[in-house]
Amino acid sequence: MPDDLTAPAAPGRTALRIVLAEDSALLREGLAGILEKAGHQLLAAVADADALLAYTARHEPDVVVTDIRMPPTHTDEGLRAAVAIRARHPGIAIVLLSAYIAEAYVADLLDSTAATSQAGIGYLLKDRVGHVREFLDSLDRVAQGGTVVDPDVVRHLLARRRNDGPLTALTEREHEVLALMAEGYTNPTIAARLFVSEAAVRKHVGNIFAKLHLDPDSDRRVTAVLTYLRGSS
Amino acid sequence: MTRPATYPDAWSALRGRPWRFLTSVWPWRCLAYLVSTVPVGLVVLVALAAVIGLGALTAVIVVGLLLLTSVPLITTVVAEVERARLRLVLPQAHATTPAGGPATTPRERLRAWRTLPMSWSELGYAVLLATVFWVVDGLVLILALAVPGVLILAPLLVRVDTMDVAGWQIDTAAEAWPAFGIGLVAAATVAYLITALACGQAALARVLLDPLEARLVDAVNQLRRSRAGLVDAFAAERRRIERDLHDGAQQRLVALTMTLGQAELELDRGPGLDLVTKAHGLAEEALAELRATVRGIHPQVLTDHGLAAAIHELAGRSPVPVDTDLHLDGRLPAPVETAAYFVVSEALTNTARHSGATRAQVHAWVTGQTLTVTVIDDGRGGAEPADGSGLAGLAARLEAIDGTLEVTSPPGGPTTVRMTCPTT
Repeated sequence: MPDDLTAPAAPGRTALRIVLAEDSALLREGLAGILEKAGHQLLAAVADADALLAYTARHEPDVVVTDIRMPPTHTDEGLRAAVAIRARHPGIAIVLLSAYIAEAYVADLLDSTAATSQAGIGYLLKDRVGHVREFLDSLDRVAQGGTVVDPDVVRHLLARRRNDGPLTALTEREHEVLALMAEGYTNPTIAARLFVSEAAVRKHVGNIFAKLHLDPDSDRRVTAVLTYLRGSS
Repeated sequence: MTRPATYPDAWSALRGRPWRFLTSVWPWRCLAYLVSTVPVGLVVLVALAAVIGLGALTAVIVVGLLLLTSVPLITTVVAEVERARLRLVLPQAHATTPAGGPATTPRERLRAWRTLPMSWSELGYAVLLATVFWVVDGLVLILALAVPGVLILAPLLVRVDTMDVAGWQIDTAAEAWPAFGIGLVAAATVAYLITALACGQAALARVLLDPLEARLVDAVNQLRRSRAGLVDAFAAERRRIERDLHDGAQQRLVALTMTLGQAELELDRGPGLDLVTKAHGLAEEALAELRATVRGIHPQVLTDHGLAAAIHELAGRSPVPVDTDLHLDGRLPAPVETAAYFVVSEALTNTARHSGATRAQVHAWVTGQTLTVTVIDDGRGGAEPADGSGLAGLAARLEAIDGTLEVTSPPGGPTTVRMTCPTT
């Protein structure tokens, strides 16, 4: 395992100021425990979107971690709250937790990122939280302005497009690189994960962008890749 | 009467145990039925006689013919009244609305009646009522009430007068008391007689006024409603189970994996960490299995986001590549979404398991009031819907909401599963 994924929790990490929203008390406490254990400062842990908005406005946290499905309708309260936070506080990074893969979420997520600031955004499946290290790592990447998409979601999107012309032109290795790019990893991390040199990754990325007709100079390459995978490009 | 209704109608009460029958409400209701027959019959007799008599007399001038055309109106009114009265004896007899359909206001009813074709069975019943029923009922009532009445009252009556009941002279108290006993027995017999007569008359009325066909149509409608209700109830139950599992076991398992994940961070390398890592893996497997089960019961994404999102999710999970072409705006009724979801789910599962297909397509669209969903694969075909596949069960489920399911799978393929379903 490369170092940047397995770094110990507390030292070396920036302590983040976090507001958490999750309607299940059990999971809320669990998440709160994980975040505090990791040395982050939990400003508030709430159970619905209204409280989330109120505490976010009051504390101006670094990161908001929110469940998507919350009362009263149990559909996409958290997502709508996230969009509202984006509009009012463009500097706050947001991590959305979902119980299942819904492409509509990914679409809304991308639209809300594309339209706004450089603040990071993440879309993770709740199961991911069990992988504490991976979860905390994702949180850090989002806090640093990155875009993080759950590997299962990326797999899902890739599966949907695997018969499309351009994707079939990719080599096996390019597929792997594309998946990691979509998850939000940077070139050095991808290189470390695939045990290849950074130069090799750069070459793969170049090939991918050429084959998919994407703009290689885009500074939002995650968004570009995800938009492509979503099929609305 | 506050006695709990233990018998559904007079006929079943009559065949029940004597004591329960005699203490039930049914002899009294039958009595009321017969008693009311007399005035109703008389009125009908007068009305029919007047209309037909006058009509026949004035038939030469056109007025009589017009008058005669009101006979169906009378018989229809009589039939309505009698259907209502029938419920005294057979409460479960359906108040079938005659061919005019369910009309609401009296004026609409009248119009419906005017245009109604003459019902010969209703006319026959009206004639029977006017000429036979009320006479028979009147005579039976007089006899049946007078004899036990006099006998039961004998101990009182004997003080003022002597009596002669069917040639039996009663003039002393000693004779009056046995007469009282016989009177009670007679009263019980009369209760049976009255009930039997009422039942017979009511059965005849029902045959004439409530034709079998109408009753069958009614029964079919009721069955259809109850079947749809059952499907709805099943769907609601599935959603409830899904919610219970999601809010209960699933949350706990997620919390468990979180705790185990934390423990992994706390522990140093060694057998302890290995065990915790193993436990973490097992908990995740349990969670994955539970999620799969929940999906099979009622997928959350379907509840929250509707058919299109749920089909996308199915397509993404399918081991065989799936192209989707969905034209579904907005939400459909829950039973329709559920049925369609499980058709696609089952079809894609079959494709992956049996067809050897390299790709599949799902199309879904709504035209007018009909949802059509097709799942096509390029596999080897030859699938038999009856081969214990879940599609047979889904076909039954679709039928309950007036949908259809067709599977065409010639040997060599392709296999097409096509469902249609009304969206209202």
